[in-house]
Formats: sequence, C-alpha cells, structure tokens
Amino acid sequence: MSSQEIVFVVLGIVGLGAAVRLVTARNVVHAALYLVVSLAMVGGTYLVLAAEFVAFVQVLIYVGAIVVLLLFSLMLTRAPIGREALDNQQRGISALVALGILAGLAFLIQDAFRDARIEPDATPTGAVGVSIFQNFVLPFELVSVLLLAALIGAVVLARKDLP
Amino acid sequence: MIRLPLVLFFSAGLFSVGVYGVLARRNAVLVLMSIELMLNAVNVNLVAFSQLLRDTILAGQVFALFVITVAAAEVGIGLAIVILIYRNRETINIDEVNLLKW
Amino acid sequence: MVAAAETAVNGEAGTTALAWIVTVLPLVSFFLIVLFGKRLPGGGAWIGIVAVGAGLVMSLVVLSHFIGGGEATELSEDWFRVGDLRFELGQYVDGLTAVMLVVVTTVSLCVQVYSLGYMRGDARFTWFYAVISLFTGSMLNVVIANNLLQLLVGWELMGVCSYLLIGHWWEEKENSDSAIKAFITTRIGDVPFLFGIFVLIVATGTANIPEITGAIGGGAISRGLLTAGALLLFGGAIGKSAQFPLHVWLPDAMAGPTPVSALIHAATMVAAGVYLVGRMFSVFVNADPWVLTFVAAIGATTMLIAALLAMIQDDIKRVLAYSTVSQLAYMVAGLSLGPAGYTAGLFHLFTHAFFKALLFLGSGSVIHAVHSNNMSEMGGLRRPMPVTFWTFLIGSAALSGIPPLAGFWSKDEIISTAFHEQHYIVWGIALVTAVITAFYMARAVLLTFFGEYRGHGHPHESPATITGPLVVLAGLSVVVGFLNATAFDVTLFSEWVHFGEGEHLPFNYGFAAISVVGALAGIAVGYRLYARWRERDPLRRLGPAYTLLERKYFLDDVYLRGVVRPIQYRASAAVNWSNRFILDGIVHTFAWTARQFSRLVEVVDRRVVDRGVNTAAGLTGFTGGILRYIQSGNVQRYAVFLFVGVILLAIGISIRA
Repeated sequence: MSSQEIVFVVLGIVGLGAAVRLVTARNVVHAALYLVVSLAMVGGTYLVLAAEFVAFVQVLIYVGAIVVLLLFSLMLTRAPIGREALDNQQRGISALVALGILAGLAFLIQDAFRDARIEPDATPTGAVGVSIFQNFVLPFELVSVLLLAALIGAVVLARKDLP
Repeated sequence: MIRLPLVLFFSAGLFSVGVYGVLARRNAVLVLMSIELMLNAVNVNLVAFSQLLRDTILAGQVFALFVITVAAAEVGIGLAIVILIYRNRETINIDEVNLLKW
Repeated sequence: MVAAAETAVNGEAGTTALAWIVTVLPLVSFFLIVLFGKRLPGGGAWIGIVAVGAGLVMSLVVLSHFIGGGEATELSEDWFRVGDLRFELGQYVDGLTAVMLVVVTTVSLCVQVYSLGYMRGDARFTWFYAVISLFTGSMLNVVIANNLLQLLVGWELMGVCSYLLIGHWWEEKENSDSAIKAFITTRIGDVPFLFGIFVLIVATGTANIPEITGAIGGGAISRGLLTAGALLLFGGAIGKSAQFPLHVWLPDAMAGPTPVSALIHAATMVAAGVYLVGRMFSVFVNADPWVLTFVAAIGATTMLIAALLAMIQDDIKRVLAYSTVSQLAYMVAGLSLGPAGYTAGLFHLFTHAFFKALLFLGSGSVIHAVHSNNMSEMGGLRRPMPVTFWTFLIGSAALSGIPPLAGFWSKDEIISTAFHEQHYIVWGIALVTAVITAFYMARAVLLTFFGEYRGHGHPHESPATITGPLVVLAGLSVVVGFLNATAFDVTLFSEWVHFGEGEHLPFNYGFAAISVVGALAGIAVGYRLYARWRERDPLRRLGPAYTLLERKYFLDDVYLRGVVRPIQYRASAAVNWSNRFILDGIVHTFAWTARQFSRLVEVVDRRVVDRGVNTAAGLTGFTGGILRYIQSGNVQRYAVFLFVGVILLAIGISIRA
C-alpha cells in the first residue's frame, strides 16, 4: 500500500464516518458541522488525486459558502432536536435501499475496475484555466447565467413582499 | 499510485449515505445536505476518472467544477424555497408538505 | 398517387415549397398570442387572423402548382435517426395536400373572423385564439406531413387542442366532462393507429409516406402485414372521424363554443381521419379485399344510424353533429369503394367542409341571437335574421344534395360510384340516408326560421363579423361543387386528387335524378311534418305518449287538409282528398317507423356503447382506488420507489449482460 493510498484511506474513513454521523445526528447544527468535516475530507481526497484547483474550489465554495448558507437557513427556521423530529418513518426501508445501492455499486466496481490504478499527475491550475477558456467557454458562460438566474430567483422567492 | 477501486468505494459510500439521508430525513435542510453528499460523490468519481484516463483537456475536473457551481445554485434556490415554506407553513418537515397529493 | 410517388418525389418543389410556411405560420401565431396576446389591442386575435389569412393566400399559390398539372413534390430535413430508421421533418405535397391546405385555411379564417363577434367579451378570448391557431397549425401539419411520425405529432396535438376547446367553458361540469369524453374516446382510436404506424414501419423499414406507398406498389410487402396495418390505421380514423362505435364523442363535443364546433366538424379534427385513410390509401387497396368491405360496413352503419338520430334531436347543434357523423360516413363509404371511390370520397370531404362550417356558424349566429340551443325555443327567425336565414338555407340545401350546390355533386358521385362498383347495399343505404338527410335539414330549417318565434327577447341579426364569414362560406358552398361537375365535363378536382389513373365516371342523369328526387322527397316529408307542427306542443322528450300524440296529429292534419284543400280546388276535390289521405298515410307511416327505429338506435347507443365506455371508466376508478395508496403525496416515499426502481433496473440489466 503506497503512502498516497494510506492518506486516502484515512481521509476516506473520516469523511465517510462524518457523512454517516451527518445523516444520523439528532441536532441539526451538529449535522452541519459533520457536513463541513465530510466535505473537507472530500477536498483532501482531491489533493491526493492531484487535482489542486478542484480541491481549493471545494473548500472555498462548499465549506466556505454553502455550509454557511445552510447554517443560516437552520438559524432562520425552527430546528427541533431529537430523532423523531428529524427523521421520518421510513428509516428501515431507506437503509435497505441505501445498502442495496451500495451493494450494487460495489459489485459493479469490483466487476469493472478491479485492477485499475491511478498515477496522479499534477494538474496545475493554469492548465484547468486554459481548458475552461479554450474548450468549455460556452458551458462556462451558461453556468454563469445559471448562477445569476439562481441568485435572482432566490431573492425573488425569499423576499417578504411577494407581488 | 492509488488503486481505483478504493476511490470508487469511497464515492459509492458517500453516495449511499446521501441516499439514506434523502430518504430518511424529515428536515428539508438536512435533505439538502444529503444531496450535497451525493453530488460530492459524483465529483470524486469525475476527478478520479479524469486522472485515470489522463484526459488532456481535463474534462473531468472542469466538469467537477461545473457541478460544484450548479450545486451552489441549487442550494441557493433550495434554501429560498425552504424559507418560503417555513414562512407559510411554520414547518420545514417534508412529510408535512404533501400538496403533491390530489 | 402511386405513380406520382415514384416519379416525382425529387421533382422541383417550385411554389409548393410554401406549404411548410403555411403550417408554421399558425404555430408561430400561437406562441405570439400566448406570449403577447393579452397586452395587444384586440387580445391578439388579429395575429391569428393575419397568420391564417396569409396561409390561405400561400395555399392558393400552392394549389396553382397543381392547376397547371404539376407533380407531387417532397421536401425534408433529417429529424433524428434510430439505428437504420431515419425520421424526417418534411412536407409531401400532392393535389390532395394542396386542396386540404386551402380548405383548412379557408375554414379557419372564417371561423376566426367569426369568433371576433361570437367570442367578444369572453374571459379567455386570447387563450381561445391561441388554441385555435395551434389547432389549425396541427391540422396543417397532419396534412403536409411526409412521414407518419410527424403526422402523429399533429394528430395528437389536435386531440389536445380539441380537449382544450371543447372544455373552453370549463366552469360548467358538463362541458369539461364532454371535453374529457372527446379526448379519451379519440385516444382509444389512437392506440390502434400508433400500432398501425409500427406495423407499417416494421413492414417497410421507413416512416416516409411516399416511400411506404412506393414499397407497397412494388409488391414487396406481405399482404398479411398490410391487412393488419390497414385495420389498425382505420382504427385511428374511426376515433378521429367519429365512426361507429366511437362516434359518441362528437355530439357531446357540442359543449364547446360554436366556432370550435365548426372548426372541428368541418376542416380539422374529423377530417383528419378521412384524410388519413386517403393519404394511406395504397395500404387499404393492397390489403385483403375484406378490409375495404369492413370499411364499407362501418361507413354504411354509421351513415344510417347517425342520420336517424339526427332526426329526433331538439338541439340544433346536435342535429348538425349527427349529420356530420353521417356525412363523414359517406366519405368513408366512398373511400371503401376502392380506387374509383377515392376521388368521390375526398371530394365530399372537400365540399362538406364548406357547407358544414357554414351550417355550424349559422347555427351559432342563431344561438347568439336566441341564447338557446333548442329549436323549440326558436322559430320565425327568417324575418329578424335574413342573412343568417339565407346562408343557412343554402347550407342546408347543399347538405341535402340539391343541385347545383356543392353537396349535390359530391354526394351524387359517391352514390353513382357505389352503384357502378356494384356495392348495391352501400348504394341503397346511401340513398336512404340522403333522403333522411334532406328530411332532418328541412326540419331544422323549418323549426328554426319559419313560423312564430317561441323564445325569449327580441332576436336581432348578428354583427358583420359573424354574417361576413357566413356569406363567404355560402358563396363557396355554391361554387366549389363545380370543381368536379361531371355533368359539364369539369373534372378539375379529379385531376388534383386521384388514385392511380384517376378514372372517373361519366355523369349519369339517371342517378342524379334519383338522388335529387330522393332529396326532394325528404324535404317534402319534412315540410309535411314540420311546416305547421310548431304551433302544437313541442315534440321533444318523446315519452310513451309520443306515438299517440303523433298519431293524433296525423289524423288532425289529414282531416284539416282533407277538408280545406278540396274546397280550394273544387275540380279535383275527391281525387285530391283520397290522394292526400293515402299519400300522407304512407308518408307518415314511413316517418313514424323511421322515428321508432331511430329511437331504438338511440337506446342501443345509450345502453350498449355508452355502457361499455362507463364500464371502462368504472374499472379505471377501481384500480385507481387501489393505486392511490402508492400516491401518498410524500415526496420521500416517491424517492424510495425511484431508487428501488433504479436498483431493480440495474439488477435486471446486469443479469441480462
């Protein structure tokens, strides 16, 4: 097991553990903090996979922006504490479904990629930028318009004096 | 050197946990968080395959970036809706918002 | 058409290239009206009118291509491919297409101008115009489509539009029920139609209509497949063109605003079924011969029962609705006569569009003035509404087959072709139906326009936006018949629309005389029965007392005439008296029998056909009751189903692989 793998496994276990705690936590604020941990670990795996720009964006946007947004909305809405308040009646079947999906994916992964190896290649941020602005200019512009629309939409939806 | 199945198992695990969260949580904000988990699982896969296939235009990573952006937009709208529902119904429990039923 | 498809598919498009623009115009106007209509003066109505008016001009240009003896042309773009199957977006224009373009745009233009007056002040005026535009565009798409898939798109869009328009005044439960009934009943016909398309695609490997025609002409397709395809396609036509046993939706479709009825009955919806049979005619001709016999049986049955039902209706629009069913059956029967009847059937489609639109719009004008659909609340409208009266009279005469109006030429052609092709049963039923048609139209005209006014208020003539289209359509109803007036050796229409060599029968004065005498007899009977009837109690809701009532009236009438007339004509008093007594007796007995029979038919209609429909609905409700537990309204429950489905699919696929 290479050193990269060891780091990855550690990150992965912490991330998965945080994710599991996220979906079982009885306090919504704790859940949000577990989400931070989980997302940060995912960002770490990007670093191990030598995708540094994606890792930074992950930390900036997810941990920095999205989680803060989630915390704000938790603050603005009443957030009761306790399992019954946060979970619905179909925990059992949900767990079954989730395990079923996991089993299916695991089977497929085993079947298709058992011997595949990654040799992470450093991808400088400049290369990502060049790729975005050479090959993906149109999608990039579209995404920016989408963001703008979402921004305006969110403002319109959430403001108090709806026309 | 990293064995690809490790990465994929991690991603599959995140995805399944996210599915569980989406199905089992009542609180709309928690459901949104679980959706973020699922999106992240997809991103991990995109980055991993980008490295595996050594694509010269880095399509996988650029796509991961786009997914992050779209996720941000989705959370913004989603939370606005959640707040709107809370304002109208005094609750954000999804199973109490069942107007989809005739 | 076979020959045309083989030789001229790649011919110069010339002016026919305008055809697709004709189709696109109403669709564009639909979007314009939906988006901007409410903010424009006039509610966007002018957009629709200008669009379809421009379409009419272009259609005439397209038609001019065929007046000069042009060949059929085709233009297309690739739409998408599935494996080896190529689907196109294109137009196939032959004489039939060009004629239909003109018919659809003309009627739609008249209907839209008419609606300016009729729908004024309606709460959903703009929406009405938007949907009418879409409706017109869909029909035009059906008409020009060069492949079955594109045709299906227009076909289904029309179903949706008819639903929207019939239920235009959905505030009343009855109207929305009628809309649903129309939609579902036609959908029942659409299922076989869809499978018919599949069969033809499987059989020929293409959805392109000229290519299918060519492949069938080449004899490469097995007859069994063709038979199946023809029957299934005809299923679609039965639904859309309201043939027995799926005709039940059409009378109920009267719940929509009257201009919509005119559009549905004359140019779009119901014409689509007949048009489909005409367009795919080679499939029918090359299938087993019994398919055409089956088509003929359906046509003959529908023709007669619908005409009988039309006789006893009080609602003027229902009279016209049943008469539409009956006339559509004429077209179907005409087509069932094989290549010889092809031109006749489609010619009747062509002429019928004009005078039926005229009749519907005329009845709308009357309803507008009287605020009632019931003829028992009309009467005497001849004086206050002269324009409506005269145009309606022309329409009725055309429908009854009085020369030289349009209906005479087309109907006579079908009848004489039936005799010539030795389909004596079809011939006989068509002749009887012609008599009944004349009878009930005479009844409708007499009850509506003659005698004393029996309704409320003081009816006035409708505004010019309503009478204008009436006059135009009346003019057309007079002249269009001459496009194929075989008596004067004018055969323009059969030069445009023909199957194979386009043989046509020479005009036969004997047959013409028979049908004219039949029509006159029908009118005479109608006059006898209804010229003075309305002074009595209205003859509706025919309880068991009805027959008695009728008999009493019969005696009274004979007595009155038997006494009054001989005094007027002393010279032939006795002969005249007995003549009248006997003739009237025969006539009235016939009428009485026919009425009894039509009541029987109505009972069968209610008990058997409607009950079948109701049982289907009940079953649906029952299964719905069970399935409702799945539809909890809980999104997360749905998500569970979703993911379970994903897992099952994944398992299924991996097991297969």
